Amino acid sequence: MAEAGKIHSPPAGRQKERSDQRLNVIGTRMLRKEDPRFLTGRGRFIDDIALPHMAHAAALRSPHAHARIKSIEKTAAQALPGVIAVITGEDAAKETGPLPCFANPPVEQRCIALGKVRHVGEPVVLVVADTRYIAEDAIGLIKVDYEPLPAVSDMMDAINSRGDAVLHPERGPDNVAEHRNYVFGPVEAEFAQAAHVIKRHLRWSRSGGQPIETCGAVASFDEGSEKFTIYVNSSMYNYIGFTIAAALKVGSHQVNLIPVDAGGSFGSKLFLHKVAVLAALGARATGQPVKYIEDRIDNITACDGHGSDRTYDVELAIDADHKMTALRYKVVDDYGAYFQFGLGTHGNGFSQTVGPYKIRAVGAEIYAVFTNKCQQGACRGFGSEVTNFMIERIVDAAVDELGLDPIKFRRDNFIAPEEFPYQIPTGNLYDSGNYPGALDMALQMLDYDGWREKQNAARTQGRYVGIGVASCQEKGVFSATEFWMLNRAPGFALTSSPESASIKIDATGKAIISLHAPCWGNSPETVATMVLAEQLGLDPADINVAYSDTDHGLPGTGPGGSRYTVMITGAVTGACAILKEKLKRVASHMLEAGPHDLEFRNGKIGVKGASGLEVSIAEVATQSHFFRLSFPDDPDLTSGLDANYTYDHPLATLPKSDSDFGIFYPIMGHMCHMPVVEVDAKTGQVSFLDYVAVHDCGTMINPMTVDGHVRGGTAQGIGTALLEHYQYDKDGQPLNINFTDYVMPRIGNLPPQVRIGHLVTPSPYTEYGVKGAGEGGRMVAPPAIACAIEDALRPLGVRIDTLPVTPSRLRALIREAEAKKGIR
Amino acid sequence: MSELEVNVTVNGRPFRRRIEPRLLLSDFIRHEIGLTGTHVGCENGVCGACTVLLDGLSTRSCCTLAVQADGRSVETVESLGRVSNLSPLQRGFWEKHGLQCGYCTPGMLMLMTELLRENPNPDRETIRLRLNDNICRCTGYEDIVSSVECAVELMRGDKVVR
Repeated sequence: MAEAGKIHSPPAGRQKERSDQRLNVIGTRMLRKEDPRFLTGRGRFIDDIALPHMAHAAALRSPHAHARIKSIEKTAAQALPGVIAVITGEDAAKETGPLPCFANPPVEQRCIALGKVRHVGEPVVLVVADTRYIAEDAIGLIKVDYEPLPAVSDMMDAINSRGDAVLHPERGPDNVAEHRNYVFGPVEAEFAQAAHVIKRHLRWSRSGGQPIETCGAVASFDEGSEKFTIYVNSSMYNYIGFTIAAALKVGSHQVNLIPVDAGGSFGSKLFLHKVAVLAALGARATGQPVKYIEDRIDNITACDGHGSDRTYDVELAIDADHKMTALRYKVVDDYGAYFQFGLGTHGNGFSQTVGPYKIRAVGAEIYAVFTNKCQQGACRGFGSEVTNFMIERIVDAAVDELGLDPIKFRRDNFIAPEEFPYQIPTGNLYDSGNYPGALDMALQMLDYDGWREKQNAARTQGRYVGIGVASCQEKGVFSATEFWMLNRAPGFALTSSPESASIKIDATGKAIISLHAPCWGNSPETVATMVLAEQLGLDPADINVAYSDTDHGLPGTGPGGSRYTVMITGAVTGACAILKEKLKRVASHMLEAGPHDLEFRNGKIGVKGASGLEVSIAEVATQSHFFRLSFPDDPDLTSGLDANYTYDHPLATLPKSDSDFGIFYPIMGHMCHMPVVEVDAKTGQVSFLDYVAVHDCGTMINPMTVDGHVRGGTAQGIGTALLEHYQYDKDGQPLNINFTDYVMPRIGNLPPQVRIGHLVTPSPYTEYGVKGAGEGGRMVAPPAIACAIEDALRPLGVRIDTLPVTPSRLRALIREAEAKKGIR
Repeated sequence: MSELEVNVTVNGRPFRRRIEPRLLLSDFIRHEIGLTGTHVGCENGVCGACTVLLDGLSTRSCCTLAVQADGRSVETVESLGRVSNLSPLQRGFWEKHGLQCGYCTPGMLMLMTELLRENPNPDRETIRLRLNDNICRCTGYEDIVSSVECAVELMRGDKVVR
């Protein structure tokens, strides 16, 4: 059992570059390296890949939520001119195994449904043809005889499903994918002693990353070497890409995965397997390169990347001094038809399950259920965004029921700045933080008291203006060790989550950094360039960034979980240490001085205390590459100037038990959002009058791109709060499968300005003190907006327990509240 | 399927192709002409990633048949500046972080090209109104508005960049 509180003998970190040094490049608003190619239409996205003699694939999608496939009549499709192959689930099963699954026991998912379909949109037949148009024509000629089975759409029904309604009968007699009970700390005792117990029932609806680019792959198979080459807009290919080879029933050395620019992911492309396996299957079957790109309906119905879909029954124990002591919840999560990451999105939440508060104990009962829907994947926050919503909603409920001040109650319960590093009941560690500082900055920036006055004035005019507040955590840099405790039987049990960088300085002094994970719309080239420029004093214009495929890839886990900036900063810093050593060795011979008497200054290496005695890195590079005989025959002076470095997680420990997960997600960012909204009570429309977002992600490599993440993440969070919801009817039919019906924020849905404040509390464990910032906006905006809407409608007593707060839902709540008060 | 001959001017250059009448303009531009800067997002005219100018008017190329462009002129993102010589609009997007993944960006640039031709001096509200046509999933739009404002300053010569 992990006891909550300050850790008095904190683990030693591996930080080499401190946060309190003077920096030249890090911290500047350098324009992005990535942008010029995107601005001129020269990015390389998956559909931009065209190989000679390439064929095109399209999938016949299941129209049923749940059905047996009795027979497939494909002769008419095969006879259509231009059709090359028509591949059914049975055909595919001869060539491929199940798709990767990180739950144990695994849940079998096939790239093409085998015997049974389990959700609308699941591929039933893959057609490969000369063009995509012909492939889609052929799909129209295929006749599938289905025997419909009972569809499960409601998560509560799933718990009690029996017989033909069970999606995976080989796993058990019902649709419960997993049921676990976790106890962290003295939960029962704290609730027994509590002066107040606050309860709420909450509903977080299914939404998703929904990037503008869908998922896709272009694969070829070389008969000569029996090797696949697969371009795919996935991440994590240098981490778990070998599982794609396993699905193709070949060795991992027989698959080369090549990254491309991703047109957005927001988690949904964290690890794409189905599109890669489908394209590769088609390529091997036809002997031609095959492109398979999801269309929008494929993407919405079958991308394997929907977000969390949960109901919570949550209770908060509070003592007589209004201190929160324990949190207890039962959550049911609708995972859809498969279970690729197991309970990963709940393990993630355990990293910060007490939020910024000194809650001493946590109990969590989790039901993960199967329904006939697209399966869950990752979505900005990876489940912790829902944990944040749950915590902040129950905090607001306490404020409401006990008549407390929302600011003071939060402040009184915050972990204090001097209590870090702080261990939470799950065993995870918070590295550093200043939560009252963030709150104060937000209050001041918003002019909180001024808005309270304006709110009162508005109320006298019959207007509903509300001020929201949410103080939330943004966990950064996962170690994935929590997965040890999520599977009943040992499953995805590893302890590595590294990231690598390879740097080559060529003979003319120009540098190429190779990264081992893709460009995802984040700014990896900018970050890596800035860190290298900082380290060696190179001109950023003399640095380029390339992306390794799996043939050349070093260990790399990729962007996700707000880790990538921290990790490549560590990897580039580590590679630079190797380069510096070599540069000094070579330069010491050139300058006839001992390596210890040398220093780096502005892209040069010079003798300490002798300002004229120096050589440029370019001069050293030339010597190192081309003039081997000028130097002693020492193995440390081999030709060339390059370094590979693999940076391991900066601070993680082995998990101890399922009541103490150890340190697994410790680089803890923090946000405080304060939106001001106005609700039109007649229409249920919510509009923004102001929005302040204070973020603390430690040292910022580039404040411009951090601002971009904050604004973009907040916009997505506003979408989650007010608009977005993948809806299914009771028969499992999806109701909004295009962008007309699945509504995402346009500029008119958003505040005219999100006013950003940066607080900088560096991490003592990462290089330069950097923390993650990629997910924060979406992790805090939903509870902040729910709070603001509730505050606006306080005269009516409306409670916001369910997201999204669409106009129709809000109107229903207002009608109900007015009826209760006798208002018509 | 029988093919038709079309003559389409793309970025000032004439192209003659025999195509199926059902071929979409977005596919014609991307896969027949090979200009892959124009992107396809939603495929039903909602997101605007595929926006090009057809005879100067912003058009969803994913919902337009290539034969509808016969005898007409198409402008795509590739008609703007090059990496070594960005146009003021592209430069504004670079300066003000008006893009992240870059996928919606070509559509945004063409939409704003149309706006700035109509009105070389739009205020923030005018820019916001026009931006409501297209969807960006990364930026939250605010930096795109600032990017267009920056482009206006660059075009007026009020602002000079390195």
